[in-house]
Amino acid sequence: MRKTMYLFVLGLILVAMLTGVGCTRQAAPPAPPANGGNQPAPEMEGGFFEIKGSDSEVNLVQALVEAFAAVNDKAEFSVTGGGSGTGIAALINRQTDIAMSSRPMKPEEIQQAKEKGVEPVPIVFAFDGLAVIVNEKNPVNELTIEQVGKIFSGEITNWKQVGGPDLNISLYGRQSTSGTYVFFRETVVKADYSPAMQMMPGTSQIVEGVRQDASGIGYAAIGYVKNAAGIRTVNLAAKEGDPYISPLDDDKVFGGEYPLTRPLFQYLNGKPQGAIKQLMQFQLSKEGQDIVVKQGFLPVTPHYVQENEKYLK
Amino acid sequence: MRSLKERIIAVFFSLNGITAILILLGIFYLLLSGSFLAWRDIGFFDFLFGRTWNPTGFHSASYGILPLVMSTLMVTAGATVIAVPLGVACAAYLAEVASPWEREIVKPVIEMLAGVPSVVIGFFGLVVLNRLIARTFSLSNGLNALNGAVLLALMALPTIISIAEDALTMVPTEYKEASLALGANRWQTLRLVIFPAAASGVSAAIMLGIGRAIGETMTVIMATGNAIAWPRSMFQSVRTMTATIAIELGEVAYNTTHYYALFAVGFVLFAITFLVNLSADLFLQRSSEVTRR
Repeated sequence: MRKTMYLFVLGLILVAMLTGVGCTRQAAPPAPPANGGNQPAPEMEGGFFEIKGSDSEVNLVQALVEAFAAVNDKAEFSVTGGGSGTGIAALINRQTDIAMSSRPMKPEEIQQAKEKGVEPVPIVFAFDGLAVIVNEKNPVNELTIEQVGKIFSGEITNWKQVGGPDLNISLYGRQSTSGTYVFFRETVVKADYSPAMQMMPGTSQIVEGVRQDASGIGYAAIGYVKNAAGIRTVNLAAKEGDPYISPLDDDKVFGGEYPLTRPLFQYLNGKPQGAIKQLMQFQLSKEGQDIVVKQGFLPVTPHYVQENEKYLK
Repeated sequence: MRSLKERIIAVFFSLNGITAILILLGIFYLLLSGSFLAWRDIGFFDFLFGRTWNPTGFHSASYGILPLVMSTLMVTAGATVIAVPLGVACAAYLAEVASPWEREIVKPVIEMLAGVPSVVIGFFGLVVLNRLIARTFSLSNGLNALNGAVLLALMALPTIISIAEDALTMVPTEYKEASLALGANRWQTLRLVIFPAAASGVSAAIMLGIGRAIGETMTVIMATGNAIAWPRSMFQSVRTMTATIAIELGEVAYNTTHYYALFAVGFVLFAITFLVNLSADLFLQRSSEVTRR
């Protein structure tokens, strides 16, 4: 009786595996001949490349890579997350071709890369706004950057200190692999995070945590929270007396008035060539930057357009 | 001819056994050599008895493993308190009370519970148990040691039930028959005859269940909040040793103190699980001696 049951389950699993394999085979048809053979095709380089790193960038880069496939279908890219630190470590250990990072590489990381013969080249392909989120039941609507910093360092511990209800604040942040964790600490907190901060393994877990916790506060990329239910974004002011600006106010965010924005990097090993160079040029083209905006991120500023030029000539 | 063949087969199997031992020794060496480098930088006692773990601190790094050990012990102890009575009672029911067809249904279902991926259980903790615990104890959130303990209990249950049930059914029927013939009722028989006879097997089941709970990673990362504050109660967010290694090993720069400190955490974890499994083994050995007699 037991045995037949096991055999039955085993059989089911086998069938599932076989059909699964069949599906993936069907899903990857042989590549169609490019351009129908009439026009001379522009030179397209093929290859298989890994892109790894920042969780804030994963969705955007995935969208860019998918659009790039329409331009160059010979190159294949696999995009995975894990955090900026993970991507950079992988670049240093030559386990990825492109490292996505939402923070600049640290001097010691660059040093390490050089020791291993890796020459990190930064390309800034988009900008990102960071939103501070609270539970939808929380009436606190406006905070200065200084107040947010004090909340996350543990100096302010109760919502009534910033005009809210008498409720102890619970902090939700990312873990230390995250570029957002580092960026937020360097620019907002400017001290150690409070040891009581819950360290969540991903941005969506922060949103989930704050959604369920009336006293919660967290941070996330604006693109992540635009349509999230159960949470609210807080309007931020750079300092006391400045206007409070909503991260959902596209005009002001694009205009550079929103106080929490940062460049998003892709680190390469040496000046890019072949398909990687084409991907970089595509991302920075009008078409690529349109996708960046459509995904809820900000286009590259003129300063970084110039910086990128150095490596893409 | 035949003896040659037999000898080849014997050598082949002993090679297999030796490989497993070599791999274990290799892991042991890897952890220990990394740990020594960490202890050289941090200091052995500062590492073992330091009360703060914050290797990426804004001003300075600190590497005290004590809060991590405390967290792991709290979550594991909580899981044990929940899983042992439930698991042993369930095993006793299956072994002594349940009808054969009940057993045929319940046991495979419980064993299937062991096959639920830990990330799914962790998600359950984050979304369902989080809210439940927060409401029940009127906390602001339920991402704490208790959440982790309940989930780990869930994961340790299949191990405990299935091994304990095996131990109980292995008790010779003569014991039971003799007890019933002397006028004891079924509860007395179970409590005073069968359980003592299977005690070491049941203890082994419990130890193996605990071993599973200590090493679990993904579930606790998702459900316990991972705050680095000193763990004071079951209602506080905790950061276990496994979670620390999994969170930090991904980003750490190679060959730094932080990198080696994670090896040292791994070594402590290895030592704890080794002790737990060793005691399970000793219990199992005693149980097979009892039943052979």
